[in-house]
Amino acid sequence: MKIRLHKLALGLWLALMLGSVLVISQTRFVADLSAFMPKLPSARQQMLIDQLRDGAIARIVLVGIEGADEAERGRLSRLLVSKLAHNPRFTSVQNGDAQTQQRDQRYFFDNRYLLSPAVTPQRFTAPGLHEAIQGTLDAMSGDAGLIVKKILPRDPTGETLHILDQFIGESQPASSDDIWVSRDGKRAVLLLQLSESGLNTDAQAAALEEVKQTFASLPGRHADSRLVMSGTSVISVASRNIIQSEVERLAIMGSLLVVALLLLVYRSLPLLLLGLIPVVSGALVGIASVSLGFGHVHGLTLGFGTTLIGEAVDYSIYLFIQRAGGKNPSHFWRTMRLGVLTSATGFAALMCSSFPGLSQLGLYSISGLLTAALVTRYILPGLMPQQLNLRDLQRPGLLLQKILDGLTRLRWLMAVALLAAVAVLVLHQQDIWSRQLNALSSTSAAQNKLDAELRGDLGGNDMRYVASFSAPDQQTALQLAERTRAVLQQLSRQNIIGGFHSPDELLPSIATQRARQASLPAPAEAERRLRLALQGMPLEADQLSGFLADLERARTQPLLQRQSLQGSAASVLLDSMLIRRADSYLVLLPLKPASGETIALDKVRAALAAQQLGQVTVIDLLEETTAIFDSYTHEALLFSSLGSLAILLLLCVSCGWRQAVRVTIPLGCAVLCTVAILDACGIQLTILHLVGLLLVVAIGSNYALFFANKQQLGSDAEQRQVEISLVVANLATVTSFGLLGSSSVPVLSFIGSTVAIGALLALVFAAMMARIGPRALPR
Amino acid sequence: MRVTIMSKTLGGLLLLLAASCSLAADWSLADLMQQLGQKKAGTATFVEKKYIAMLKQPLESSGELAFTAPDRLEKRTLKPKPEAVVLEGNKLTLERSDGRKMSVNLADRPEVSAFVESVRATLSGDRSALERYYSATLSGGSEQWQLNLTPLQPRMQKVISQIRIAGGHAQVRTIEFLQADGDRSEMTITSTSAK
Repeated sequence: MKIRLHKLALGLWLALMLGSVLVISQTRFVADLSAFMPKLPSARQQMLIDQLRDGAIARIVLVGIEGADEAERGRLSRLLVSKLAHNPRFTSVQNGDAQTQQRDQRYFFDNRYLLSPAVTPQRFTAPGLHEAIQGTLDAMSGDAGLIVKKILPRDPTGETLHILDQFIGESQPASSDDIWVSRDGKRAVLLLQLSESGLNTDAQAAALEEVKQTFASLPGRHADSRLVMSGTSVISVASRNIIQSEVERLAIMGSLLVVALLLLVYRSLPLLLLGLIPVVSGALVGIASVSLGFGHVHGLTLGFGTTLIGEAVDYSIYLFIQRAGGKNPSHFWRTMRLGVLTSATGFAALMCSSFPGLSQLGLYSISGLLTAALVTRYILPGLMPQQLNLRDLQRPGLLLQKILDGLTRLRWLMAVALLAAVAVLVLHQQDIWSRQLNALSSTSAAQNKLDAELRGDLGGNDMRYVASFSAPDQQTALQLAERTRAVLQQLSRQNIIGGFHSPDELLPSIATQRARQASLPAPAEAERRLRLALQGMPLEADQLSGFLADLERARTQPLLQRQSLQGSAASVLLDSMLIRRADSYLVLLPLKPASGETIALDKVRAALAAQQLGQVTVIDLLEETTAIFDSYTHEALLFSSLGSLAILLLLCVSCGWRQAVRVTIPLGCAVLCTVAILDACGIQLTILHLVGLLLVVAIGSNYALFFANKQQLGSDAEQRQVEISLVVANLATVTSFGLLGSSSVPVLSFIGSTVAIGALLALVFAAMMARIGPRALPR
Repeated sequence: MRVTIMSKTLGGLLLLLAASCSLAADWSLADLMQQLGQKKAGTATFVEKKYIAMLKQPLESSGELAFTAPDRLEKRTLKPKPEAVVLEGNKLTLERSDGRKMSVNLADRPEVSAFVESVRATLSGDRSALERYYSATLSGGSEQWQLNLTPLQPRMQKVISQIRIAGGHAQVRTIEFLQADGDRSEMTITSTSAK
């Protein structure tokens, strides 16, 4: 009967493993920013995510050429542009050269009658023309006279000025010898736009690599010249690479360390291999469950996998060491079941998080741990040899017992540590929490500095305020943009906003273009009206024949399409505002504050709503990111507390309140002391530290449980076995989390360091408090 | 056309005048700069006429000027269209009648820099700033002097061929910009207060 059951379990296990491997082989692994974005975003948060993924921001690469001298940098900049200009990986390659500038100027000048918002039928009547030409002459008498003079013969009504007007106040990159240079003149700067969106990190990575290689192979390049790049794509590719290499390193190192530890304890290859079965099973099922539950697995989740190795291996350690005698005491399984349940409760709290990184971790850990525990319970005993040839742990056991006895006598130290911890926390309480989302970002301070510098060089303002909406097709999108622009213009006049951009400035809707074309009079009529208009003005109609010819050309020219902007800087700007998605168009209109830093968004929203433009969402990106992070933190506080509470309840229910208190006190002390240690090291706590603390409670409770449950054990020898298994298990946990703590990916290192410190403290405190000294046992 | 001929004749006359004066005087650029540099602040009204080949009549504008040593200069046009240019340190701000402003950092725009320094460096008597962008020749005497500035940068030469500033003592009376295409502008300045 027992054998048949075991065979059934073995069959089930094999099927599960096979299924998991199949699922994993179909799994998409990602390492982008999605781990930090909310699972069920609000409309405004969705905008933020769209912005990061589809938005033009995700496709822009800021490039700097440093070193050598100015002439060489200029030469390299031009060469790089010529090499990359026709590469399909890039939709735009610019360094401010005269050619691109001319292309833009030509687009605006040649199409001025379709682009100028001032073009109306009234403007092209005789009085309208008179007024418009007088306006241009007035502008000519002013400070911009030199520029206006150039356009007068062909554009006497000043349409070009009206178009340029929309771009007033834009900061432009500095230029030297006709190409863009940094503010300090020490680097040449370029702007690239990638063809692929932020959704395709692989393609972006390949394009960035191509830029590097193209630069490296530029003919006659000075050896001391170098290329620097930044931008959202560069940062996400870099952080993906870091995460990938870290995950590999952690997995290999973690496995090696645990294997070494087990070999040291077991001194037996078969036992080692058996001990790894629950670990591998747990990892496979964990990854497969996340894949099934989320549709993809984030690289960070795999990074956490290392810690599962440390956790899952504990079960086989308990089994092998505590049961070396070959007995099968039921209380052993009971204690272990309780341990698994408390850990699972802790991780279940994570699963409720709206922070996808954490909920993946929760699901991964729960399914992994449960699998590992079940495999240990139902598969391992059947595979274990009847008599375990475990090395004799008698002598280290006795030594350990002495140490633990000593610790128990040093119980007062716990009170001292607790007092010290409270003192540290009281003194430092102001800045214990970090509220910055970028505290979690994997990019280095140097990369962030470069990013800020290049952005400054290229005159890119930090886009903070955005009005946005989506529309089913391009024409609807542009028409909505035109309606929105009317409202924003009003707000701009009232000084509620300082300025804005809208895609229709660069590409008006077909309807608007047609209306503008229809405003232009036919040639004979145009000339008659012009002669009338020029009466009393210092200008003759004959001097304006270019104007009449242009007017006629505009009246019959083909309407502007998106392709009309190809190759111009304006097309990059348009792409950043009018974004094509799978089945819709996303429109983003950047808003600038009037003065100071902020915009009263409620007024903007009210004005839009008054014009039936409620579908336009206005957001403050800074506020949204801070809000997301704040909500994560609040939520993390809540579920950590609930998780801890659930664990306590579980303990109370299963072993009575006295026992629960005896288990809780060392755990509480461990948590407080861990926080104090982190704080004293000058580390600001983030949501991930909080999660780490929850795991300290979840994992630490196992130690305390086994210590506290000892009175149910029989002999001193058995007690020693339990203690030694606890220490080995603890070492495995501390090692694997400590390894995680050494990672250069903040998310991994925060959790790792917290749990490593906390788990060690939990064991020591549990030994002091929960352990019942042999002499205290009434026997 | 008439305008061009006139301006050429005028230019020739001025040139003759300048030549004859420079023979007579031992009045140097250093002296002029020193004299101009003593002024701390001043306000004035101006009338500017632009002679443009395409137009039958010159375009006229007028307004107020204010200068505060060492580097603040404000030109406020009142007619025909109110607008203002405020130059302060390295920042040039254009203010338009509708209240919109546009700022330019002079460090980023060498050609704009050259343009504004012709007036500002002259007013503040800053010879080194002036000679960074122009070769300067002085004629006349303390009572009535004329400073001719020829741009050094090829980029600037394409737009402006010469700037002529005339005055008496520490007072600038006219500033004339001769453009490379033959058009020119002439600003007449009447001091209203000076310190």
